[in-house]
Amino acid sequence: MRLKLVPEQTKFDFFSRPVLWLGISALLMVVAMASFLMQGLNYGIDFRGGTTIRTESTQVVDVGAYRAALGALELGDVVISEVFDPNFRDDQNVAMVRIGAQDGEEAVSTDVIEDARLALAAVAPDIKFVSVESVGPKVSGELIRTAAIAVTLAIGAVLIYVWLRFEWQFAVGAVVALVHDVVLTIGIFSELQIRFDLAIIAALLTIVGYSLNDTVVVFDRVRENLIKFKSLTLKDVLNLSINETLSRTFMTSVTTLLALIALFVLGGDVIRGFVFAMIWGVIVGTYSSIFVASTILMRLGVKRDWSKPVDTTGNQFGDIDA
Amino acid sequence: MLQVELWKRVLIWMTVAVGLILATPNVFYNRVETHNDAVKAIDAGFDTTENRATAATWPSFLPSGLVNLGLDLRGGAHLLAEVQVQEVYEARMEAFWPEVRDVLRDARDTVGTIRLQPSPDKGELRVKISEPGGMDRALELVRGLAQPVVSLTGAGSTDIVVRGEDDVIVVSLSEAEQQAMDNRTMQQSLEIIRRRIDEVGTREPTIQRQGFDRILIQVPGIGSAAELKAIIGTTAQLTFQPVISRTTDASERPGAGNELVPALDDEGVFYVLEQAPVVTGEELTNAQPAFDQNGRPAVNFNFNPSGARKFGDYTANNIGSPFAIVLDNEVISAPVIQSHIPGGSGIITGNFTVEESTHLAVLLRAGALPAKMVFLEERTIGPELGQDSIDAGKVATMVAFVAVLVFMALSYGLFGLFANIALILNIALIFGLLSLIGATLTLPGIAGIVLTVGMAVDANVLVFERIREELRTAKGPARAIELGYEKALSAIIDANITTFITAVILYVMGSGPVRGFAITLGFGILTSVFTAIFVTRLLIIIWFERRRPKTIEV
Repeated sequence: MRLKLVPEQTKFDFFSRPVLWLGISALLMVVAMASFLMQGLNYGIDFRGGTTIRTESTQVVDVGAYRAALGALELGDVVISEVFDPNFRDDQNVAMVRIGAQDGEEAVSTDVIEDARLALAAVAPDIKFVSVESVGPKVSGELIRTAAIAVTLAIGAVLIYVWLRFEWQFAVGAVVALVHDVVLTIGIFSELQIRFDLAIIAALLTIVGYSLNDTVVVFDRVRENLIKFKSLTLKDVLNLSINETLSRTFMTSVTTLLALIALFVLGGDVIRGFVFAMIWGVIVGTYSSIFVASTILMRLGVKRDWSKPVDTTGNQFGDIDA
Repeated sequence: MLQVELWKRVLIWMTVAVGLILATPNVFYNRVETHNDAVKAIDAGFDTTENRATAATWPSFLPSGLVNLGLDLRGGAHLLAEVQVQEVYEARMEAFWPEVRDVLRDARDTVGTIRLQPSPDKGELRVKISEPGGMDRALELVRGLAQPVVSLTGAGSTDIVVRGEDDVIVVSLSEAEQQAMDNRTMQQSLEIIRRRIDEVGTREPTIQRQGFDRILIQVPGIGSAAELKAIIGTTAQLTFQPVISRTTDASERPGAGNELVPALDDEGVFYVLEQAPVVTGEELTNAQPAFDQNGRPAVNFNFNPSGARKFGDYTANNIGSPFAIVLDNEVISAPVIQSHIPGGSGIITGNFTVEESTHLAVLLRAGALPAKMVFLEERTIGPELGQDSIDAGKVATMVAFVAVLVFMALSYGLFGLFANIALILNIALIFGLLSLIGATLTLPGIAGIVLTVGMAVDANVLVFERIREELRTAKGPARAIELGYEKALSAIIDANITTFITAVILYVMGSGPVRGFAITLGFGILTSVFTAIFVTRLLIIIWFERRRPKTIEV
């Protein structure tokens, strides 16, 4: 007996409603962009500068009292939030305190942190600062720039690779799907106001890699089938290829999601945002390989006359052997 | 048909074996770590029986490389400092003024009287001459003071640029000289920071130059970034200067050649000092925490011979007058010279605690930083948080691992078990590679490993699905397996190269924890392709050779 997520042979028609799918994707992207433009991302200190303090105490966190205690220090913009995690011990009460960048200071001065410690100790005497991170405005500006460059570079490199290995229509399809995934991920971070920091950029790039992985597997099969079934229409070839790879697509998505969900639930709150981005990315990336990348490829059409000789499998790595 | 030559089999198993052996030390993390510390101590000359016993707890024929734990897992402090390299230009130009003055004074007939002008740009010397007619001569004279630049890239250029603006001579440093100086400043700063941190004796600090004028400092195990800043943040410029007077007026004019310096302990007290120091900290050879005759913490110091002579001569000639011990522009103390102090040793007293005196001694021994540093980024991670993260990461990895193993076995039966063996080897190989290059494991790095657990099966899934398809067209099991591998290969390669590209970009562009993630992701891709293409395949072939099944089910 085998566990089968997808029947042995499927004949779904993925392109019966191309306008609908592209329309939904376009609409979601517009919503994501609008959310990003209207309320913006909840940037972490990596990108906006400032200080975050993670506090721990055996006493229950009283956000109001913390705010009052720190308000007396006149530190400007202070945000306090309690952190919950199933891994915490019963008497482990954790809060995050974010203090905005201080005028004229690069990293926050030791005195400010010491003052904050004293002020909070008045509320919860056994309070501990388990981590203090402070980033100056100079570095945070550079980090935003580097992050934007990294994402652009990754998408650009992928465009070139897919173009070289396939045809330009494939590259366009793949890149539109990637942009779709990145925009939707940024959108959900903006909509849910999850903290957006440097690690999320790493997650974004991983999503780019994962989504592409999926797209390339489908495209690889499309290329093979285009040669094998010269008489079929492009739409039929695409449908056939997606159906043939559907089982693999689901298997890999499920194993990856299994691992990520384990990390999401048990991995602690520090990386939860990061893992959330990746779970979202895997789902969106799987969807976009089929409904965005392939649909675009169908719209663009592809050269069917492969005049140059290609071996039967369309596999240029065929001579690698164990 | 389904064959793998013997030498290839041997090579594959050897690669796996080497990976496993390299990964072994991480299973005994604490034991190997204490062993490594002991070995280091013995190398450093502390060859005690105790150290030898500790070193012997881990056999020397086994590798002892470990995966380093990043700050977010071990706890510690991280600082990104920017060195104010321009400060050095200023000091350099100040020191250059007497030379300019002397050479122009000798040509007083043609250039007239000279006067130093205040300059908006601190790296510039502006000298006004009263006879504008002598400008050409003056420029020629000052240019004559230029020295060739001592550096590879600056060869052929001189250190200063001199130009005339009406009746003002403007002297500034040439670009080549600025670059050479910047490099020297950075190297000196790095060296001194390294010495100061080594003095405190912590395990595996990271001290790296980043970009043009920045230094990244990571010290595991230290209590806080503030503590680290106290060790490296002070420039520790020590000077001994003659005292002219003591005052409580902060706006008092010190007069030419003098300066007004605040006292460290007494607020509102200032000293007027001669600017030229008698001796500087550069001539110290040693400094130790000690106690003065009243039992209060103090610092003992020794000068080198030339410093000792200067100090001896000065004290002999100025018995009864006070002199100031100045650290970073604050007077630590201003004792009155009681007697001639020969031999070049002395004691600095002040309102120190024992900790402060120890700290000051460390700073004095390591030498002064050439320029001030501004801290752009500081992070402190407590050891408890790091331990919590490790624990959570361990549990999550185990659960993810078991879930994927069970899922694969359910989906592919026996072939799923082969893939699972490959997956376990895969994780071991990642740790082997990480230990081999001494990479650092961070919390996002653990996430990278978990992600790899999920994604590593992808290559196997591609092959198995392909074998299923080939079986449908009924070519016989051996042929189906062969075709399955052959046809899945291009998809495996394409899919993994694209992910690998993003991992490389992440590594190049990222920093700190993100880089840790990129490393594990990249290694994970390499090892998963290796295990899928070679190890699983070999397992299947060995099984196939033994059983020779007529039909197979994947």
